Amino acid sequence: VRERLAGKRVVICAGSGGVGKTTASAALAMGLAASGLRVAVVTIDPARRLANSLGLEALEGEPRLVEPERFAGHGIVMEGELWAMMLDPKRTFDELVARLAPDTSSREDMLGNRIYQQLSGAVAGSQEFTAVAKLYELDRSRRFDVLVLDTPPSRNALDFLDAPDRLTGFLEGRALAVVLAPTGLAARVVGAGTGVVFSVLRRLTGADLLDDLRVFFRALGGLVDGFKERAEGVKALLSDPATTFLIVSSPEREPVEEAIFFRGKLADHGMPFGGLVVNRVHALNGGGDGDSGDADLEAALGRALAAKVGRAYAEERALAARDAAAIERLRAETGDADPVVVPQLAGDVHDIDGLVAVHGHLFAAH
Amino acid sequence: MPDATAAAPRTARAAAAAGLLDKPLVVVTGKGGVGKSTVAAALGLVAARRGLRTIIAEVARRDDVSRVLGGTGVHEDELAPGLHHISIDPEEAMEEYLVDQLPSRALADVLLSSRGFSYFAAATPGLRELLTVGKVWELAQEDRRTPGARPYDLVVLDAPATGHGVAILNAPRTFADAALVGRIARQGRIIDAMLSDPAQTGVVAVARAEEMPVNETLELEEALPESVGLDVDLVLANGLLPDRFTSADVRALRAAPPSRPVRAALMAHARARAQRAQLQRLRRRARAPVVTLPFVSAAMLDAERVEPLVRALERAV
Repeated sequence: VRERLAGKRVVICAGSGGVGKTTASAALAMGLAASGLRVAVVTIDPARRLANSLGLEALEGEPRLVEPERFAGHGIVMEGELWAMMLDPKRTFDELVARLAPDTSSREDMLGNRIYQQLSGAVAGSQEFTAVAKLYELDRSRRFDVLVLDTPPSRNALDFLDAPDRLTGFLEGRALAVVLAPTGLAARVVGAGTGVVFSVLRRLTGADLLDDLRVFFRALGGLVDGFKERAEGVKALLSDPATTFLIVSSPEREPVEEAIFFRGKLADHGMPFGGLVVNRVHALNGGGDGDSGDADLEAALGRALAAKVGRAYAEERALAARDAAAIERLRAETGDADPVVVPQLAGDVHDIDGLVAVHGHLFAAH
Repeated sequence: MPDATAAAPRTARAAAAAGLLDKPLVVVTGKGGVGKSTVAAALGLVAARRGLRTIIAEVARRDDVSRVLGGTGVHEDELAPGLHHISIDPEEAMEEYLVDQLPSRALADVLLSSRGFSYFAAATPGLRELLTVGKVWELAQEDRRTPGARPYDLVVLDAPATGHGVAILNAPRTFADAALVGRIARQGRIIDAMLSDPAQTGVVAVARAEEMPVNETLELEEALPESVGLDVDLVLANGLLPDRFTSADVRALRAAPPSRPVRAALMAHARARAQRAQLQRLRRRARAPVVTLPFVSAAMLDAERVEPLVRALERAV
């Protein structure tokens, strides 16, 4: 994976949930840091033991240095620095609002608005947007050589790429302040039928919700320019040649389909595809010794145990065949002729040793 | 050793899981990658084979369930005898809602074609969730709002991955609280009354015996009573690998001459053991009964893969 990341400043790991994206991101960041770079990994929701092993006890808004002593005795020589942070989308969004608000009163209006409070965490795309907004901010700070982003577990990869556009579209809600107060010239500009729309809305929603919405959209109006600028910066960063997207998948059907779909979307958006990482692959490594026949097994293990081994072996072969077919399909459909393959490990990965093991596969020479 | 006071509620909870399919709505939730859609499909099959007219509802334009069972993704199409499927699209739900609520189709069309309204609809946080869950509610009514539609005995909701799945259940209450008065507030309260009533809405959490999914399941169980007013009725640990080898077997395997079958067996054993440790943690900490679903061989076809899950579920619910 190393040559694919050479010269990159931003590495975004994307893919569907449950494929080991967080682990892959952390292992990548660790490998890059080991080679002498100053690396920050921005992650969403790591397993608790993984978080603990990196020294991330709680959600914090800023990256923290992972003490180099943590790697001592794990077979990793840390020549650079590994920084890590866990992203709290709601808090990042609040901070963004606070920073972009033109004055105290529009900030208070927004943060105090019931609709914002209850729903800001649930807006489609807001988690994705806060993730890339944080990335953008860290990139601008120039504090790190490389940033590795572990993307939120979107069910739909589109949410992530479209986050800047969607937020900008969302902000066009500025027009709503007009719709919701249908008087004056502005209303006539927005279009005929506004009066009807307003009265129907009022009938459906009641005046209180409309009032809250009006305050919400008015407060939003004050943030639009800041948000738009931010969204544009984020978009530029996502298509920058120093940015690369790694698509992480497992060999199971849904993640594979998601990966292929996402690859197409990257192409549509003109965003750089750096390659595939296929996690949790079952492979029957030869290692010199071939298949021993049933007779040999029976002789060595006895009939009962040999039969159990036979069943386990048949299942492993079925899995290996499925995984080989999945990788073949991924190769053909994504155009990555040589994906990075990480084998299925015996247990979950949630400590430094596990990270080192994954890291070994990611950075293995071909 | 569990004492009597701890055992009593457990028994009551097991009974609740047994009556799961008597409720008109069952929400199936879980982290991405745990096989939630396959489990929802299996649960739907169990219900349909017991004679319940059942529909599986997917949200956010997904049609994973329909793919598992070979459906077409068409509205309320019948995937198997008695088992229907719908993929709820918020835009369509919006149209349906307006047509139902407004005195004339023409008025609904004015609204739907108005730019101001489309801004409103796209920008109002949580509106998509409200419309989606409103449609789920509609499907579960004995007297359906959709003209000419037949009622269902059971709606199985294949909810989005855990965090968001809870947000969707909260949407009606959030809107009712924000609106206070008016039609949306009233309707929000009616929908919420169903979603937060344990007699009407059941929750099944799907997990895998791995660290992250187990954590998420325990967190969900912790958060659900307060956020929605429901308990998790049943936890399903999906994809459990067979634990074939005794300690003596493992010693024999380690001593045997190395070969691919032996190495494969040891690998499978290590994974099965790691799962058992996580399963044990889940069982120890979950309040709801935990039922395991077997790992289904990769060699099986889609249509066959669901049957082993159906068999395991038939005993549990």
